[in-house]
Amino acid sequence: MLEIKNLHVSIEENKIIKGLDLSINKGEVHALMGPNGSGKSTLSYVLSGKDKYEINDGTIDYNGKNLLELDVDERANEGLFLAFQYPMEIPGVQTSFFLKTAINSKRKYLGQSEMDALEFAKLMKSKAEELNISTEMLKRDLNVNYSGGEKKKQEILQMSMLSPKMAILDETDSGLDIDALRIVSEGVNKLRNSENSFLVITHYQRLLNYIKPDFVHIIADGKIVKSGDYSLALELEEKGYEEISQTA
Amino acid sequence: MAATEQTIKQVNTLGSSDYKYGFSTEVDEIRPPKGLNKEIIKFISAQKDEPEWMLEWRLNAFKVFNKLPKPQWAKLNIPEIDYQDCYYYSIPKSLKDKPKSLDDIDPEILKTYEKLGIPLKEQKMLSGIAVDAVFDSVSVATTYKKQLSDLGIVFCSISEAVKTHPELVKKYLGSVIPVSDHSFAALNSAVFTDGSFIYIPEGVRCPVELSTYFRINAMNTGQFERTLIIADKESYVSYLEGCTAPMRDENQLHAANVELVALDNAEIKYSTVQNWYPGDKEGKGGIYNFVTKRGACRGKNSKISWTQVETGSAITWKYPSCILQGDNSKGEFYSVAITNNMQQADTGTKMIHIGKNTSSKIISKGISAGKANNTYRGLVNILSKAKNARNFTQCDSLLIGNQCGAHTVPYIQSSNSDSMVEHEATTSKINEDQLFYCQQRGLNSEDAVGLIVNGFCKEVLQHLPMEFAVEAQKLVAISLEGSVG
Repeated sequence: MLEIKNLHVSIEENKIIKGLDLSINKGEVHALMGPNGSGKSTLSYVLSGKDKYEINDGTIDYNGKNLLELDVDERANEGLFLAFQYPMEIPGVQTSFFLKTAINSKRKYLGQSEMDALEFAKLMKSKAEELNISTEMLKRDLNVNYSGGEKKKQEILQMSMLSPKMAILDETDSGLDIDALRIVSEGVNKLRNSENSFLVITHYQRLLNYIKPDFVHIIADGKIVKSGDYSLALELEEKGYEEISQTA
Repeated sequence: MAATEQTIKQVNTLGSSDYKYGFSTEVDEIRPPKGLNKEIIKFISAQKDEPEWMLEWRLNAFKVFNKLPKPQWAKLNIPEIDYQDCYYYSIPKSLKDKPKSLDDIDPEILKTYEKLGIPLKEQKMLSGIAVDAVFDSVSVATTYKKQLSDLGIVFCSISEAVKTHPELVKKYLGSVIPVSDHSFAALNSAVFTDGSFIYIPEGVRCPVELSTYFRINAMNTGQFERTLIIADKESYVSYLEGCTAPMRDENQLHAANVELVALDNAEIKYSTVQNWYPGDKEGKGGIYNFVTKRGACRGKNSKISWTQVETGSAITWKYPSCILQGDNSKGEFYSVAITNNMQQADTGTKMIHIGKNTSSKIISKGISAGKANNTYRGLVNILSKAKNARNFTQCDSLLIGNQCGAHTVPYIQSSNSDSMVEHEATTSKINEDQLFYCQQRGLNSEDAVGLIVNGFCKEVLQHLPMEFAVEAQKLVAISLEGSVG
């Protein structure tokens, strides 16, 4: 699915990622944990194609394609999805209209016809119900005056409607209360299958109680310093980043 | 490449070939020599078979025009206009004698309107919209005339109204925009050619949208639209106009005067989708759109609402205004003005509060891209007798790229102490993070810009009649993106 080799990234001369390797296969859930400034969010932006980041070295292969050569929207339409840490507000654009536009952009890219209005409405309703999102909210402008929790739920709704192959969750747990965390996690778990993969970026082990990863990686100073299974997250919770990084 | 940079690049490559109304129609034209003089005015009047009083009115306006300087208040770079190097009248030969039916109209002209999406033939007519089609200096046809006249509604070309309803024309023409208002208004009064005339009788609610479609076809020809709408007591009408022109390297002039009169409890809703040829990306060619639009809320509780979507023209100079004379009368102005490449717009409104408890609302959305300049200029004037008057103004500007300009010039005068005036203004650049967010959801950069800009304009677009709102949304996207519709 995703193969990152020897990735070096800088922004305005500052080296952020310094030789990162990561391989994610179909059907796997990987958690990426690390302290502030370790390069977690940078990795999510580089994977989704945000500008301003300079790739100094390394390769990223995504399902046989050179990911770095694809535009942001091509990556998205090839099934790469980023759940934002800070979702953007778009005034004047109804949430349901945005969802429909996104779905039809992907269908157009794949050479399919537009989804008809009825089919779309059904899909949206069922997915929204799963996430406990009211239909009233879908009529509001996208993310405008949404609470932190509502914004994150909205991200997961978009994700479940676009059913990506490779989903990156960038600190989706931040700003969520315990109930919202559970709902969001259930939403993610429902999507998990043998054909798709997840990269879950988080500070805290808490989220991983709900979304059980197959692999856990610890990133420090732009490199993965330790990888393991779920037990690594528990060890980390106990010892903290500093100790783990040093023993690595 | 930065998303914004990409957008700018796309916007820059948007050549004139993306203007989908740029074709011209081959027809034989009747037109007198170039130049502006008494003889031409007499010629126009004679061609239209006008009564003597109308000719006198025109000649007087010409005298006034010669004394008035060109208006200078706008932040526009208007090249010197040589009024002698322009044709003032041009009509297709086949329309010399007003055709009795559509079968007598040159099929080329009918085809033109069909291509523009305005079929005139009975079986294809747009449902719910009656259309008056103006081609250069003359009205081609008006649909749904019979159905309207059964209700006592008059909807015809102004040339026809001069002959059939002289009492109304004499009473109201020039009563809202005096001939001496400024030089463009005087020029129009001297040489106006065609436009629409609407009279809605007392107590009648016009059941369909009334619409005029203006098309400039002939080269080097000015179009001098004159429209007059009168809503009698307790009546209602919704009117909309559309405008397009072929791509030509020379600039062309469209100088319009539009007057609205609303009597007691009457309401007029006037919508414009202006898409004149804007010129190419170097600024060659395009229409000079010098328009004077003014509505008088003469009666108590009357209401006039202007909605405009201005995407075309090389230069737009336009201030649809309301004179709120009647007590409790209301004026509204909703505007989207988009300028791209070398386009210039100086547009806004005037709300003159005269009666008691009058209120006005102004929502203006300006969008600039390329090297364009976009100015909102608006006056809110509350006179001393306008007790308890209210105004709310909101002006938002959106910039795409770093070579364009947005300017907001509000003038506020209040002569009594129990009135309230509010003004809000914002200027922002299109947000790169918003673009990235949309693109991460699969929208290409053009669609992302279109989506965000349409969201920015929503408050205005939702005031357009349904049928046109969808078209306008597409137009907003096209005029910024270079995607051929």
